Amino acid sequence: MASFLEVIDVRKYFPGVKANDGVNLDVRAGEVHAILGENGAGKSTLMKLISGLYQPDGGEIRLEGRRVQFDSPRDAIRAGIGMVHQHFMLIPALSVADNIVLGDEPGGIRYDRREAVRRVRALSEKYRLSVDPEARVARLSVGLQQRVEILKVLYRRARLLILDEPTAVLTPQEAEELFEVVRHLKAQGIPILFISHKLDEVRAIADRVTVMRAGRTVDTLPTADASPQELANLMVGREVVLRVEKPEQRAGDVVLSVENLSVSDADRRPRVRGVSLAVRAGEILGIAGVDGNGQTELVDAIAGLIPVSGGRITFLGEDVTALPPGERTHRGIAYVPQDRQRDGLVLDFTLVENTMLRDVAHPPFSRRGLLQHRAARAHTEKLLEAFDVRPRDPDRKAGDLSGGNQQKVILAREVSREPSLLIAVQPTRGLDVGAIEGIHRQLLRLRQAGKAILLVSLELDEILSLSDRIAVMHHGQVVDIVPGDTATREQIGLLMTGTRSSESEVAQPSNR
Amino acid sequence: MLASVVAILIGAVIAAVLGFNPLAAYGALVTGAFGTSMALSSTLAGAVPLALAGLGVAVAFRAGLFNIGAEGQYWIGVIVAVWLGYHLTGLPGWLHTLVCVVGATLAGGLWGGVIPGLAKAYRGAHEVITTMMMSYIAIYFGQYLIAAGGPMHAPGYNAQSPQIVKDAWLTVLLPPQLTTAVFFAIGAALVVWWGTFHTTVGFRLRAVGANPHAARYAGISVPVYTVLALGLSGMLAGLAGGVQVLALDHRLMWGFNTGYGYTAIVVALMARNHPFGVLLAALFFSALSTGGQNMQMVSQLPSSLTDVLTGLIVFFVAAERIVPLTIAWYRRRRGARAQVASAREGGR
Amino acid sequence: MSVLTNPQLWASTLAMTVPLALPAIGGTFSERAGVVNIAMEGIMLIGAFFGVAFSYWTGSPWLGLVLGVLMGGLLAAIFAWAAIRLAADQVVLGMAVNIFASGLTAFLLNTLFGYGGTPPETPSLPFVSLPGLGPVFAHQSVLLYVMLAIVVISHWFLFHTRLGLRIRAVGENPLAADTAGLNVWRLRYIGVIVGGMLSALGGVYLSIGILNSFDVDMTNGRGFIALAAMIFGKWTPVGSFLASLLFGFATALGVALQGQGVSPDLLSMIPYVLTILALAGLVGRSTPPAADGIPYTPIR
Repeated sequence: MASFLEVIDVRKYFPGVKANDGVNLDVRAGEVHAILGENGAGKSTLMKLISGLYQPDGGEIRLEGRRVQFDSPRDAIRAGIGMVHQHFMLIPALSVADNIVLGDEPGGIRYDRREAVRRVRALSEKYRLSVDPEARVARLSVGLQQRVEILKVLYRRARLLILDEPTAVLTPQEAEELFEVVRHLKAQGIPILFISHKLDEVRAIADRVTVMRAGRTVDTLPTADASPQELANLMVGREVVLRVEKPEQRAGDVVLSVENLSVSDADRRPRVRGVSLAVRAGEILGIAGVDGNGQTELVDAIAGLIPVSGGRITFLGEDVTALPPGERTHRGIAYVPQDRQRDGLVLDFTLVENTMLRDVAHPPFSRRGLLQHRAARAHTEKLLEAFDVRPRDPDRKAGDLSGGNQQKVILAREVSREPSLLIAVQPTRGLDVGAIEGIHRQLLRLRQAGKAILLVSLELDEILSLSDRIAVMHHGQVVDIVPGDTATREQIGLLMTGTRSSESEVAQPSNR
Repeated sequence: MLASVVAILIGAVIAAVLGFNPLAAYGALVTGAFGTSMALSSTLAGAVPLALAGLGVAVAFRAGLFNIGAEGQYWIGVIVAVWLGYHLTGLPGWLHTLVCVVGATLAGGLWGGVIPGLAKAYRGAHEVITTMMMSYIAIYFGQYLIAAGGPMHAPGYNAQSPQIVKDAWLTVLLPPQLTTAVFFAIGAALVVWWGTFHTTVGFRLRAVGANPHAARYAGISVPVYTVLALGLSGMLAGLAGGVQVLALDHRLMWGFNTGYGYTAIVVALMARNHPFGVLLAALFFSALSTGGQNMQMVSQLPSSLTDVLTGLIVFFVAAERIVPLTIAWYRRRRGARAQVASAREGGR
Repeated sequence: MSVLTNPQLWASTLAMTVPLALPAIGGTFSERAGVVNIAMEGIMLIGAFFGVAFSYWTGSPWLGLVLGVLMGGLLAAIFAWAAIRLAADQVVLGMAVNIFASGLTAFLLNTLFGYGGTPPETPSLPFVSLPGLGPVFAHQSVLLYVMLAIVVISHWFLFHTRLGLRIRAVGENPLAADTAGLNVWRLRYIGVIVGGMLSALGGVYLSIGILNSFDVDMTNGRGFIALAAMIFGKWTPVGSFLASLLFGFATALGVALQGQGVSPDLLSMIPYVLTILALAGLVGRSTPPAADGIPYTPIR
């Protein structure tokens, strides 16, 4: 079969990040081609390069053998690239038909709405994507919205369909329906590029798979020949785990216990479903899982930032389920949020001010409502010294610091409060090796000091090297909790797909 | 600062095109603002309400909120001060003044804080629109009060209220206009500065304004601080109205639509929300206004030119990206001349 | 209740609706494209002033109308450039335009026409009486009929043309529109400039539609009532018109009831009270276009 789309040694750099650093891809006519990789492997960047949202800094893209350059999404659409974004590009206030024909509407000056509806109806019948063309998009379920996205692309006579993490937001039934659609489209001769980080669905739908890791493509192989183990290994890499020297430690009393906790998001969609776990003093409980399986919602609920829809949170023997976040903070829960620039720091504030952020109402930062600048400054200086933040200048704005030093500031702030429980979400995301090591040392030091630590990470290495126990989450539930010292990457990788460790092979498609 | 310089230059060009001597005109403007003790008195007096209301707008800006309705809060302050000013009798002068000022402050705070604050915090209604609407409601309410048949109408032909009891008036320091009101402005700037940078409340308010997400994660209640910020902002605007009416008009009347509440926004913008900067900016715009009158008399150049300048200053403050953009454009042009534009040039 | 049956009340309601509905629809165009516009007041002043000036200089009120509207469009274009290209704060920009326009028109009035006001011999637009429709449509400015046509055309344009669909799309989700191949910036320019021209037409109505002179700040806050009408009319041309009609009626009623124990000032509050209630969701929820006021910067 001939190549339809070729990506040759493409590179895309952002300040401080090599998002794509040597990517090669070859999609043949009539195949379903999957791209598999962990979060942050560079999949989305690659898709944006192919669909014209970004321009590559190097390498080339070929369509049917001819080199192409897309200056805007318009160029890519014209060339026949049909992109279904992970975050839908729909306009909720408009109808299905309006959304689909937008940019290429029937009619002259007048917009021929009836013709648009007719065309959309014909298209949805042809590709078996039934959806009411006159319904408002805002009223559709997520699965139907995705259909609208696919129809939008087909309406523009796409000759290649790209699906970016298409099942991430779907229910299992909706996902199954989507697979039907994909098979049908393939039968009609449309090549499909399917981006995913889920092994099972890649095996279920794709003919060939290209694995990406850390901004590079690692290998391309036929799915039929690849075992899940092999794919998982390619995806997470085979480098030796940096096993941190972890001193023996006996876990103490239960600090935090969560019983049957459920959390729903703003759309009343369950995100955490009946999770129970306990963290003891002096242990690190790692929470592993593919992004978006309820880990963030779980810890946000523990910190009191979002309401729970059921269950109980007990902290130091007391029920804190109904307490406001400030009160939980005061009782000894510290939190290192995932997005440090958005949620962890005020970038326009100085380091002193950022150190004060959480406990400004308490000594040493204030007395009777008045800020104690000198004491706060001295405190900050001490922290900067202890955590080796550079530059060691308390009057710098947080925004001036590098990512690693920003994270050190947050960690310093949280740790200095002598909390009983530290929640850290992705504490080393985007940091360089040196900074990562520093953060890890601090976490272990806290463990040594008898604190309870809840570590959420998408990095398996991090989870494996630090955790005393590992809870693996899938679709809002804890699939299993396994001891850290005997856990293997392969074992956790399989649990992350929702498969219990006792089952040796992935038997059914993911139940997300 | 750059914005004012550019605006003043553009103003000079406009004047020159129309056949006026810009230097003479600006000279007259400066003399009119600072040249005589009378001029100085008017300029300083005019700066007081601008500074107070400007501090109010700045406080809201600090919390990331745009209080465009300071004008209405100002008038509510005037109304309450006047009402207290002529209804209460028999109080010692200083206490009467104090009651009027406190009443005006609280009323402005409620006007700005309650409806726009709660609507923003709990219903997501944009404070720009709600404060603006509340502002018009206040102005019509004031007109209703003093119109013939209105509850605060003073007997007579004019639409005006009775006079505030003389004992409550602020003392004149430098005739004709400068009164002890100026101490309120300086005092308020100090209090706002101290409150913003030296109290936990001010700290949290700034945190909410600078990054509401991080504030929420740090356990600060964003809705509470939204209401609080709009309330404090309204209090200062109300204080401006109260102080001004105790200093100058001594009664509620219209005729001269002062627009202090609108200029206050410009003052806060130009001061970049720093309390002491607000004092300077208020002085600048007050000088522009009083000096403008003199400019019109001396050089026949209409004083409304100062409004043109103000508009341009605000435009340039808002469009600050014009500077890096111009530099980039200039560099690109030079670069394009030096070498053929590469294919990568399309990046916008 | 004899007041309500007096045709004069309804005639003046219509007359007071025109300078509200035109800028309200103008604002609708701008905000539907995603640019918050509180500059209607200033743009109206520009339209009003140049309407009179060009009418006097050319001797033709129609040329005055066209050039007044074009000057309003020019000011709107500058506003649009700063709002779109420079991604400047749209509320602050709107204020700048209002202050600038108020100052500039007063300044030009005094420098070009002296301190005595615009010349009394300035020609004005004709008044038209529609026969058979009774006293309500007797002796109304021709712009009343133009406004009624604009309501219909604007509705058709925004909701039944391809360009209208695209403008609405850009105001709701510019990123989606961009990925669908639309030129976000160009569509926003169109929305703001067309909107500015409509606002300027409202100003022209005030100066040479019902009068033949310009006065300092003669719009007297109508641009802001129009803003309220736009919100209360839920960002649609027909809604803006109906809200303007209601607000115009409140004003006309206030005038008619003068001296009868009902305060016209209290009636004047109605538009603003209703707008706050509508925004807070207490009287039919008004929700702005989703991307209203958010500058869009394409990442390439």
